[in-house]
Amino acid sequence: MSNSSILKSSIAKKYWMALTGLFLCTFLIGHLLGNLQLIFIDGEEGRRSFNEYAYFMTHNPAIKILSYLTYISILFHAATHMANFWWKVKFTQEIPLHTYKIESKQEMNIPKGQDFYYTHVPSIQPIPKDTNSLEEKGTAIYYKNTNIKIADGYIDLHKVVMTFFSKSNPNAIFGVLFYVLSMLVLAFHLWHGFASAFQSLGVNHAKWTPIIKNLGKGFAVFVPLLFALIPILIYLNN
Amino acid sequence: MAAKTINITLKIWRQKNSKAKGELKSYALENVSTDSSFLEMLDQLNEELLTKKEEPVAFDHDCREGICGSCSLYINGRAHGPETGTTTCQLHMRKFKDGENIYIEPWRSAAFPIIKDLIVDRSAFDRIQQVGGFISVNTSGKTMDANAIPIPKSDADKAFEAAACIGCGACVATCKNGSAMLFVGAKVSQYALLPQGKVEAKQRVQNMVRQMDEEGFGNCSNTGACEIECPKGISLEHIARMNREFLSCLPPSKLHEAQNFNNS
Repeated sequence: MSNSSILKSSIAKKYWMALTGLFLCTFLIGHLLGNLQLIFIDGEEGRRSFNEYAYFMTHNPAIKILSYLTYISILFHAATHMANFWWKVKFTQEIPLHTYKIESKQEMNIPKGQDFYYTHVPSIQPIPKDTNSLEEKGTAIYYKNTNIKIADGYIDLHKVVMTFFSKSNPNAIFGVLFYVLSMLVLAFHLWHGFASAFQSLGVNHAKWTPIIKNLGKGFAVFVPLLFALIPILIYLNN
Repeated sequence: MAAKTINITLKIWRQKNSKAKGELKSYALENVSTDSSFLEMLDQLNEELLTKKEEPVAFDHDCREGICGSCSLYINGRAHGPETGTTTCQLHMRKFKDGENIYIEPWRSAAFPIIKDLIVDRSAFDRIQQVGGFISVNTSGKTMDANAIPIPKSDADKAFEAAACIGCGACVATCKNGSAMLFVGAKVSQYALLPQGKVEAKQRVQNMVRQMDEEGFGNCSNTGACEIECPKGISLEHIARMNREFLSCLPPSKLHEAQNFNNS
């Protein structure tokens, strides 16, 4: 068996699925912690905190590398599954539950298509004039009365999210429902996927496998639930 | 207890050959003893069909005691029928009700093409076995007594559990992906756990997985339906062991070129 064929084998595909899946689980945790600032930190402090987080996520070189790794993981995770999906269409004529397209978007917390690019690609759009806590010094933008430099211009993502999910937006309810539904799909996927990744990597133990399964079910419930609460609470409170 | 009889309606998949279009055909069968096995019930049906000069239903069978893996049949949507941990030949008609419709289909998988009616071609399993499901031992008169090598009881038990696989194909028929990983996992585990099998372990797992892929079996998504429907209770643990064995062949730079045992 050649080196290339071993990497294309059915079991090697399972490793890829497992490793990229587990990596995306860590991505979910990181993204959730960042997004929870939207509901746990109020007012100007919340705005500053979330925008700092967003700025860090879009400008830090390490995060940039990590984000590309995440894109690759999502593509590989979905592509591997798609390959299996087409195999099933070809040979078994079954119609499987297929969730990756929706899931991959929601893992990146996309309220709508355009905002995705704002979140993950450095933006040069000027700061909105009504952001009173910020001030311009030359071409740079600082938090008012501080030496904290924000950027040479960025989009106020906190405002984008809050505006989109607020009741003042007539489409907000659809966004909230779509987000919640997507998290439900993600929960179902994680319910099986988390423990499945360990099995694929060869971890099957009388003592540890039941613990991993329970941990996976807990992860599948709480992470999507907390993600789903973010737009719900923003909608109800704004 | 006196034997009881039931009247049933069979909905059986009839297909002349692999190219022909198949269909479910209904057969009413009366006075079926609840003490008869499922295969005996099919024998009774075939006798009636032959009496009427009709084509009997073709189905696989051999030992009729649950160890050869010949019988198959998808009965009422379950491999080997409604009784867990039982092959079709060990299934008895007392499990069915009077007046019941019983659906009987062949194994359905791309790698198991239908030969006729309920018989499918399971030679894909044979070819997987042929590339690694054995150990190479010198039998020229200096053969070492297998019992001379001490083996931990727990390893022996696990190997024995894996060796219980009869290769019937219920795992493939049950799997939504048509995967054969439970079968291959059991065969790989059976040898990987014992010192006699460790010598060729790397080549074995590579060759058997490669052959499994070439035969057109689907991939495993760890849903575990195979484990539930396996008449011998083969555990997913063996698939995990196969995955570990395969992982031990990586990175590719450390790979040994897999040998074709038949030519070595």
